[in-house]
Amino acid sequence: MQNVSVNRLMHKIKPGKSGASSLRSTSFYLALMAGVCLLLADIEIISPSPWLELKAMGQGLITPTIPDYQELLSGLANTLSFALQGMALAVLAGFLLSLLYRHWWVRASCAFVRAIHELFWALIFIQCFGLSPLTGLLAIALPYAGTLAKIYGELYEETSPHPRAHLLHSRSLSAFLYTTLPLAWPALRHYTRYRFECALRSTVVLGFVGLPTLGFYLETSLSEGLYSEAAGLLYVLLFLIASQRWWLRKALLPLYLLAALIFLPPTASFNWQIISQFFTEDIVPRPLRTDNPIGPWLVFLWQQQLWPGLSNTLVLSQIALFFTALLALLVFPFCSPLFFGRRIGQVIRRSGDGLLIIARTLPEYLLAFVALLLWGPSMLPAIVALALHNGAIVAHLTARFGEQIVLRDDACKGLNRYFYEVLPRIFRQFMAILFYRWEVIIRESAILGILGIATLGFYIDSAFEEFRFDRAALLILASALLNMLVDTLARSLRRNLHLNTTADIR
Amino acid sequence: MNAELNLQSSLPGQKARGPELAAGQHTVFLLNNAQLSYQGRAVLNNVSLKITAGERVALVGKSGVGKSTLLATLRRQLPDALAWCPQQTGLVPMLSVYHNIYMGGLQRHNSLYNLLNLIKPLSQPLCEVTELAALLQLDKHVFDRVEKLSGGQCQRVAIGRALYQQQNVFLGDEPVSAVDAYQAEQLLQLIVERHETLVLALHDVELALGTCDRIIGLKDGAIVLDAPSSTLKVEQLAALYR
Repeated sequence: MQNVSVNRLMHKIKPGKSGASSLRSTSFYLALMAGVCLLLADIEIISPSPWLELKAMGQGLITPTIPDYQELLSGLANTLSFALQGMALAVLAGFLLSLLYRHWWVRASCAFVRAIHELFWALIFIQCFGLSPLTGLLAIALPYAGTLAKIYGELYEETSPHPRAHLLHSRSLSAFLYTTLPLAWPALRHYTRYRFECALRSTVVLGFVGLPTLGFYLETSLSEGLYSEAAGLLYVLLFLIASQRWWLRKALLPLYLLAALIFLPPTASFNWQIISQFFTEDIVPRPLRTDNPIGPWLVFLWQQQLWPGLSNTLVLSQIALFFTALLALLVFPFCSPLFFGRRIGQVIRRSGDGLLIIARTLPEYLLAFVALLLWGPSMLPAIVALALHNGAIVAHLTARFGEQIVLRDDACKGLNRYFYEVLPRIFRQFMAILFYRWEVIIRESAILGILGIATLGFYIDSAFEEFRFDRAALLILASALLNMLVDTLARSLRRNLHLNTTADIR
Repeated sequence: MNAELNLQSSLPGQKARGPELAAGQHTVFLLNNAQLSYQGRAVLNNVSLKITAGERVALVGKSGVGKSTLLATLRRQLPDALAWCPQQTGLVPMLSVYHNIYMGGLQRHNSLYNLLNLIKPLSQPLCEVTELAALLQLDKHVFDRVEKLSGGQCQRVAIGRALYQQQNVFLGDEPVSAVDAYQAEQLLQLIVERHETLVLALHDVELALGTCDRIIGLKDGAIVLDAPSSTLKVEQLAALYR
């Protein structure tokens, strides 16, 4: 009898691999994939004199200037206005959608709109509404509404179901308003705040395609090699985001929003005919419009643009994912209280935190733009930019998670502590965070193509420049499908590895 | 066998209840040879039970014997037409006592009215809830967040929420377990006054005999006792706990 039960116990433990070993093999395959991708990637340094350029940039950083305060103020006001209005609309739409999030068609459409990067949305809306405030507003609001709806919906699901179940007519809207909503409220506020910071970054990036935000002036001065001016703008941007907690107050929000609407009314001089032509004719594949067979068009597009774009996007994102992980693992001890003595630790932690804040405050797109000026158009600048920005975020979140760990008094020190005590404890959470960033890295990899690296964004941007909107539409659709696929894959990986599947990523 | 499946045939549906209503003593709950399970595990077998309007029933028995399961089954028979006071209070910690009690009456108003009341308490419900809070000795805490209250105070808020549901039938799962004996009696009195039919799970045998007119005793997965309180003594009930 006893033997039988012991046998059963063994069986219960045995099936499937244990969590630790499947985590290990997943990390091995991630590294292997990155290695293969590195062989395929083009990471040459093309620029003739990278060191000279770096020196000039360094000089710029220590001699920041602001040549035109009026220009700066208007750039700043535009940035804030776009971000505030875009977020306001996104929060409103996202909240309403989150109420319907249990319907599959709402989930699917949210997944679709957020799978298309705000820069691609901007390129689409520019065709309809020109470089107008409405374009910027919609480019932010649309994908953000999709993201917020998803996160809000997930946060509702995480609340305790009991208070609601005890009510009469517990499925009513009123029951939701009195139980689920207040229970989720602190998390909703926290996430929305974080998202506003993202919106500020996105707004800056929209400047690179022509909207008059800080990014527009940054791009101009960077391209002209005016590094002192660029540094001035950069410091303003950093200060704007770092000081958020002092000026972003709930009581002041209505005032800010009103000011934003007065300063930058979301208008556009648009022509319905152009818009309807864009959606009913321009984006329809050309062969369909001219009654030709669509086969050759598709084959041509696949061979010349879709396949190279897709494969480069994947190659870039896998390498970037690997270096993100590597950087995060290297850096997080420097901002974790688990390492270094008390006194030196404080200094190291402060400076570590400071550097990470700078790296994660600067958008990948901006980092890549600067790196591109240094090394010329290859995958190298994109890898560096993606790994820096995302590595900083993953390191920060990992270090925050590590704060919960209490080590015994006589725990070993130094490298031993890192490998024996800390790494095993945080690795699961670290992988969860990393998989969460995976989708973001893919989206960004596609976008960086606009800078001239041959990912999907490159072909999309060229198609817009050549007014071949049918190609652009198909390529954007492909990038959206890729993101949705990776999102699903990452979620099922997280579930299989028993990682946290919810969005506690701040 | 699933309890709900079994119950389909014996549910006191609208049609079946009609004639009995006319007779003046209609059936509120009816279980016919039901098997009740909790999380997939059978807890009570062959339960046959009829509770008519006006009865005050106490469920007694050791903890884990299936009182909560039986109550949950009864609740499913009239999901939106009975006052429900669960053992786990299930209050919303960040809302005030006022809002937690008001929650019991959400179904009487439209969503917009409820939303406005959530943002700023409206005068009529405020008046009603304050009156109720005074009876529950919560009048000093009407605008306090529930997360600041003690366990006993939370239980009184949960009773307040159930009372504010304003139904004829009251189901309570140990509704007074966290308050002292004197308060417990007062609270049960309040509940009795405001409801026609009651089913209460109570571990305090004396309280059960004093409050209810019918005692149902559960032991070892079955109903082993079903008798009027007047015929029972405390010592007889003690056997259920052995």
